[in-house]
Amino acid sequence: MSLRIVVTVKYVPDATGDRGFADDLTLDRDDVDGLLSELDEYAVEQALQISENSDDDVEITVLTVGPEDAKDALRKALSMGADKAIHVEDDDLHGTDAIGTSLVLAKAIEKAGYDLVVSGMASTDGTAGIVPALVAERLGVPQVTLLSEVAVADGKVTGRRDGDTASEQLEASLPAVVSVTDQSGEARYPSFKGIMAAKKKPVEAWDLSDLDIEAEEVGLEGAWTKVASADERPARTAGTIVKDEGEGGKQLAEFLAGQKFI
Amino acid sequence: MAEVLVFVDHVDGAVRKPTLELLTLARRIGDPVAVALGNGAADTAAALAEHGAVKVLTHEAAEYADYLVVPKVDALQAAYDAVSPAAVLVPSSAEGKEIAARLALRIGSGIITDAVDLEAGDGGPVATQSVFAASYTTKSTISKGTPVITVKPNSAAVEPAAAAGAVEALNVSFSEQATGTKVTSRTARESTGRPDLTEAAIVVSGGRGVNGAENFSVIEALADSLGAAVGASRAAVDAGWYPHSNQVGQTGKSVSPQLYIASGISGAIQHRAGMQTSKTIVAINKDAEAPIFDLVDYGVVGDLFDVVPALTEEVKTRKG
Ligand SMILES: Cc1cc2nc3c(=O)[nH]c(=O)nc-3n(C[C@H](O)[C@H](O)[C@H](O)COP(=O)(O)OP(=O)(O)OC[C@H]3O[C@@H](n4cnc5c(N)ncnc54)[C@H](O)[C@@H]3O)c2cc1C
Ligand SMILES: Cc1cc2nc3c(=O)[nH]c(=O)nc-3n(C[C@H](O)[C@H](O)[C@H](O)COP(=O)(O)OP(=O)(O)OC[C@H]3O[C@@H](n4cnc5c(N)ncnc54)[C@H](O)[C@@H]3O)c2cc1C
Repeated sequence: MSLRIVVTVKYVPDATGDRGFADDLTLDRDDVDGLLSELDEYAVEQALQISENSDDDVEITVLTVGPEDAKDALRKALSMGADKAIHVEDDDLHGTDAIGTSLVLAKAIEKAGYDLVVSGMASTDGTAGIVPALVAERLGVPQVTLLSEVAVADGKVTGRRDGDTASEQLEASLPAVVSVTDQSGEARYPSFKGIMAAKKKPVEAWDLSDLDIEAEEVGLEGAWTKVASADERPARTAGTIVKDEGEGGKQLAEFLAGQKFI
Repeated sequence: MAEVLVFVDHVDGAVRKPTLELLTLARRIGDPVAVALGNGAADTAAALAEHGAVKVLTHEAAEYADYLVVPKVDALQAAYDAVSPAAVLVPSSAEGKEIAARLALRIGSGIITDAVDLEAGDGGPVATQSVFAASYTTKSTISKGTPVITVKPNSAAVEPAAAAGAVEALNVSFSEQATGTKVTSRTARESTGRPDLTEAAIVVSGGRGVNGAENFSVIEALADSLGAAVGASRAAVDAGWYPHSNQVGQTGKSVSPQLYIASGISGAIQHRAGMQTSKTIVAINKDAEAPIFDLVDYGVVGDLFDVVPALTEEVKTRKG
């Protein structure tokens, strides 16, 4: 038996940098460094753990849809221990929305072949948290999303989803789409050996024609949503800051009373 | 006027506040038609009618509780087919976003998630989003299909407006995928008696500076004096001092209360992503350089174990 896992990873602007928008109201990628979305490291980690806990042959492929530099995200995942990578890159992808991204991912996942898809809970830029559900809908397989615990055995995936009002145990047959939260367990750091090995691992490059997708179906033109304006939030007016010299609690109470909170 | 579908978030018939906010926003773009599913669905009707629902479509079936997400997508699609609405609005919970996304794909529509405001525009509703940890405000529209928009809690003040609220049974046939993901067991979260974090008007949060699970009683005492919910930073949650369900931030809850009080929290970008849209922000931190002070309306540089108990006492005295 063998198990083919595809991990979807997004290349995003560093959240600690000055993120902003370009003139066409898409993400400004020139003025800020990019990296593997930190929440996708958890997805790679869980795929590696599923592999380590499995008696089957497991092959882990990491997949990204993004510009040239998105290779960095793939390298990071490969150096953590994934086996191979697929980079879907095409100029016509610029400005694709979530619906379009899910189309490209679903076609690429089908072409790659899969038993299990593992995704992050959300990207750290768009942060919608909907791509895994969209991919499951497109592939017509179960979604087992937002898991803080995940396991695969006997052709089934099981996991725990901690929701607002309850914690649920879930179960689905493979093939399936899973997403994992940052509660699923710390992601490992790439070892030196891992980093060296990653340099030799294969990275396939696919474009839209490889996936039978027309340019009009994706990109800014094909997007089903349109950003009309993006404005930097005005800096908050500087607040009052006091040093506690025994009266800090009282002074704060005074402020809260003035604002009618007490 | 055009009809607008509103997906109802309820617990055994008790409608949660974000849905009432949605009804208020929905009235700006049309006549709200509510969709309530699962156990107690029909019991939601009175509250929905008081807040402007002209119609309440209900359906009860075991599938909604026994399987993940897809049965609700099937039902919302049935409501969509029955009503042909001008827009579909869903509360921005984790599940709500997934339901909305799958519906959008099925009906050939774009989706906007986590809107914080909504207004009628010439070409359909215009949604405001607060992005990049609330450092930018964007306005977006849907350019294809019927707008599907999820809206964050605390995005609008609830305004009652009586409407007919006529209850109608919705006809749902489940898709093949509906039973794909089975919920094999469910453990309900124990209620603390405090307000729900995402709905609370006041949130009092503690971070690494609280330094221990037992010390969170200091934070809880302040919260109780103010009738507030308790939040925590990821550092406090990861240390096991407070449950993850109370985490505020990018991977926790995003809150937007009237008042947010952060104690022993430095203000990392991921924490700010979940609280920066709070109306009034207060911080207590012994480090005058902590980034959280860049956000505050009022800050106290000091030891939280001095300042918080003193504040709690003062609140109690003033409230008598
Ligand atoms: C600030 C901002 C707001 C946006 N708002 C919207 C919106 O309201 N509606 C909309 O349709 N689009 C929106 N977009 C565009 C959206 O970010 C992209 O379409 C993106 O490719 C998918 O959405 P997401 O980033 O929210 O991913 P999420 O749904 O949050 O991502 C979940 C998981 O899906 C996988 N994944 C997502 N994207 C990729 C990728 N390119 N390659 C590989 N795996 C991936 C990852 O495993 C990730 O952890 C927004 C973008 C930005 C920057
Ligand atoms: C992908 C990702 C997602 C994340 N998601 C979240 C999230 O959702 N929410 C979140 O909060 N974080 C999140 N984080 C973590 C975030 O980056 C920070 O590590 C975290 O917010 C720090 O928590 P803190 O402010 O409590 O701790 P610290 O940064 O350690 O700050 C503690 C503060 O307490 C002060 N202090 C100490 N003792 C006292 C005292 N006695 N009195 C007063 N002040 C005192 C210190 O001066 C310090 O400023 C995420 C990180 C990543 C990478």
